[in-house]
Amino acid sequence: MPELLLELFSEEIPARMQAKAADDLRRMVTDKLVAEGLVYEGAKAFATPRRLALTVHGIPARQPDLKTERRGPKIGAADAAVQGFLKATGLQSLDEAKIQRDPKGDFYIALIEKPGRDAIEVLAEILPVIIRTFPWPKSMRWGARSGKPGSLNWVRPLHAITATFGIETEEPDVVKFAIDGIETGQITYGHRFMAPAPINVRRFEDYEAKLKAAKVILDPQARKDIILADAKELAFAQGLELVEDQVLLDEVSGLVEWPVVMMGSFEQEYLAIPDEVIRATIRNNQKCFVVKDPKTGKLTNKFVLTANIEAPDGGKTIVAGNERVIRPRLSDAKFFYETDRKTKLEDRLPKFDQIVFHEKLGTQAERIKRIERLASEIAPLVGADVAKAKRAAHLAKADLLTEVVGEFPEVQGLMGKYYALAQGEDASVAAACEEHYKPQGPADRVPTDPVSLAVALADKIDTLVGFWVIDEKPTGSKDPYALRRAALGVIRIAIERHIDLYPRGLLEKHIKAFRPDISDTERSEVGDSFRHFFEDRLKVQLREQGVRHDLVDSVLYLGGKEVGLLSTVRRVEALGKFLETDDGKNLLAGIKRASNILGIEEKKDKRTFDGAPDAALYGLSEEKALAKAIGEVTTEASAAVAKEDFAAAMSAMAKLRPPVDAFFEKVRVNDDDAKVRENRLKLLNEIRSATRAVADFSKIQD
Amino acid sequence: MDASLPAHMRPERSFQGFILALQRFWAEQGCVILQPYDMEMGAGTFHPATTLRALGPKPWNAAYVQPSRRPKDGRYGENPNRMQHYYQFQVIMKPSPPNLQELYLKSLAAIGIDSAMHDIRFVEDDWESPTLGAWGLGWECWCDGMEVSQFTYFQQVAGVECAPVAGELTYGLERLAMYVQGVDRVYDLSFNGRDGDAKVTYGDVFLQAEQEYSRHNFEYADTTMLFEQFKMAEAACKKYLDAGWKDGKREAHLLALPAYDQCIKASHVFNLLDARGVISVTERQSYILRVRELAKACGEAWVHTEAGGAA
Repeated sequence: MPELLLELFSEEIPARMQAKAADDLRRMVTDKLVAEGLVYEGAKAFATPRRLALTVHGIPARQPDLKTERRGPKIGAADAAVQGFLKATGLQSLDEAKIQRDPKGDFYIALIEKPGRDAIEVLAEILPVIIRTFPWPKSMRWGARSGKPGSLNWVRPLHAITATFGIETEEPDVVKFAIDGIETGQITYGHRFMAPAPINVRRFEDYEAKLKAAKVILDPQARKDIILADAKELAFAQGLELVEDQVLLDEVSGLVEWPVVMMGSFEQEYLAIPDEVIRATIRNNQKCFVVKDPKTGKLTNKFVLTANIEAPDGGKTIVAGNERVIRPRLSDAKFFYETDRKTKLEDRLPKFDQIVFHEKLGTQAERIKRIERLASEIAPLVGADVAKAKRAAHLAKADLLTEVVGEFPEVQGLMGKYYALAQGEDASVAAACEEHYKPQGPADRVPTDPVSLAVALADKIDTLVGFWVIDEKPTGSKDPYALRRAALGVIRIAIERHIDLYPRGLLEKHIKAFRPDISDTERSEVGDSFRHFFEDRLKVQLREQGVRHDLVDSVLYLGGKEVGLLSTVRRVEALGKFLETDDGKNLLAGIKRASNILGIEEKKDKRTFDGAPDAALYGLSEEKALAKAIGEVTTEASAAVAKEDFAAAMSAMAKLRPPVDAFFEKVRVNDDDAKVRENRLKLLNEIRSATRAVADFSKIQD
Repeated sequence: MDASLPAHMRPERSFQGFILALQRFWAEQGCVILQPYDMEMGAGTFHPATTLRALGPKPWNAAYVQPSRRPKDGRYGENPNRMQHYYQFQVIMKPSPPNLQELYLKSLAAIGIDSAMHDIRFVEDDWESPTLGAWGLGWECWCDGMEVSQFTYFQQVAGVECAPVAGELTYGLERLAMYVQGVDRVYDLSFNGRDGDAKVTYGDVFLQAEQEYSRHNFEYADTTMLFEQFKMAEAACKKYLDAGWKDGKREAHLLALPAYDQCIKASHVFNLLDARGVISVTERQSYILRVRELAKACGEAWVHTEAGGAA
């Protein structure tokens, strides 16, 4: 079957956009083909800095014929309706229509046979539309045509379109169309510098091979493999090890069509700069890899660059040029690092008086003071030394004002640690300068040092409470202050470091730091909304770990006192385990039955059956047994819950199962005696409230 | 490169030879070679030959050197390549020709950078000037890992859509010249390509100026005067813009260029105030917005002039 080859040849496409563009091209073309009844066998898309390419194979040469019926006007309808029908269906006269009998009358029916079109014709129609509507993150106009409206928008000027269609054994046809004066053809071009001549291509197979001969590796993965393998080998040959960097590799492979990997070096003296700063300098500014000594794990004075050409001098000029650029960069970094260390972190703090954190939340200096106080309050909860936590919170943000962090924002925190150590701070205090930002995302590490935990929590909670106070909560996809991430950080710290935290309680305490005059009502309202936000985040987090959200729901909203984050998780775990046992399953069934009966009767009587049942009205031993069990279980379970021993609470619950089962087996709830009936309903209600010590079973799905 | 040039005029030996080679190359591509605009500005883009001429339908091809003043970048002559005054070489071609990238590469060859020997790359860099209300897409051009030029397809300037789009090239002259001359310190550049006593370096010409202007920009610039100048330039710009509408109707404008001069002035005065550290973070944004408003109004006036394409 025939195959399509499409290439869009342009000026340099930003590296970060290439992978998605290739994917979009494949998706858009294949979706359209399928929608047109052209079911293909396979498709692959590729990108280089100068081209997007797509091959789709196994496309039928023609669309299948389509037969449709179209109902027209009634027999004897007005002429206008008949003419409209003929026009719409393409029939010459009503003689060509069938007549369909219907209870409402007889109607004309047109049988429309739409013969399938040649696939190449369909392609010529869909491809220009896809090109014109291509979803580039940013696109532009260019050249003389941009003087008129409606000119093509593309990521960078588009120069040529190759589009061929045909079977392997024959010369393919060009899919003919033109966009913005660019006519499709079979001509592409090789490497910008090494093989710029036009190349005539037929189909994907020769296209890819001819490009390779013209110094273009079409497949981004192949370019990545080459870069990685060559870089590793260059390092290995010197007894060194490449510091792998996937993000950098992705980017570099999008900057070259013909990767040529080479090694350069810089002066030893720059190794006095922290490794992370060397790496940031070389990676961000020069897009080069760094190399370490496998014996020490420390960086060496080598770097690996990826050029786009094979130069006649073997790349000497290129390596020398790169070295000349890297040298002053490292020299700057070294200067910054040395300058930074001349000023103590605390001496930088006064500057924060002038720096606004957020218009409505005051300066950074004010924020740091709040975090200090909060960190000292939290310290005992996480087992941290109060003085150290306070000191760490005092210094943790100071590195934001250093030269190195100004230049490389990604080393914020880390530099704080280095500078803190350099000025002789306690190791935990220094660690907290770095780790208080953690965890940054779901994959990031949660700190272990208690001092780090205290400051990390204080930092996040201050941010969250602050934005809650000024009502800047995340909505839908908008979360400009990354509040969800902060909340997730708090949740992960609670769960992974086994610290029970009460978000609402924390807010109610800390909110006075922002609004000393807040009324109790308002504080309680903000607290509710904060608590719900945390509950939602917790649900999201647990769902990602595969926990059933109905179980989470069943332990939240039990009324009364706020349940801590860690406690919630433990309750859910214990409940989940309990529900896997026979006792659990049967008890759940029993409780549901009780709830259902109660629901029906409450509705019937238009009342609830709260209140203690009257022991004097128990006529059957099963009633008495159940009442007794409820009493015992409630006491036992509550005591266990108070000790946060949820497994014990569940074991207590399990004791309810036999009397509940026996009750439903032997006792008719709707007794003829209204008083007995009411009493039994009250007893059922007691089951429900007894079990609420651990969960609201009615929220659990079967 | 032109082999007939005497040694002291060759672009890899002399800074002035380097500039002349670029001018000659772009003259051959049909550009008018202009001289620097006689006002202080932060970049060649501010020159009316770019900012205003980029607007409107009329073709326009020009190249020129523009002294660029960035008061904050002063380093008292102590940094090897950072200065508060340096030269940009600016090329603008409207509409952008289809072979602009090739022309650019040929211009590099004309100044001694052979693309077979060097690793030339076009790396994404979207350009935006908040003060000019302008943006475009393009690249920074790398030579062996060093950024040597900025290549932009203007999409909008002074708040006006570019139709047709102009292509803009900006060469950082000192940096490129340092590369081809093989020196690591800008002040060591040979300015005139001569040897011995006849040799004049970039430092001979500019080092003292860098020291004096750094003092001026960071320590002595009269901020009271500058605040006043900003206000005056802003007011004058608005006044000329208002007065320029012919017969008071918004159909033809007669004072777009003089009004725009005041916008350039305001922008530079703001940069000086910024370097003196007397503008707070929040104020900074509002100053930028004020300059942008002027630039936009000038763009609007310009498209109602003859060169701006008004009928």
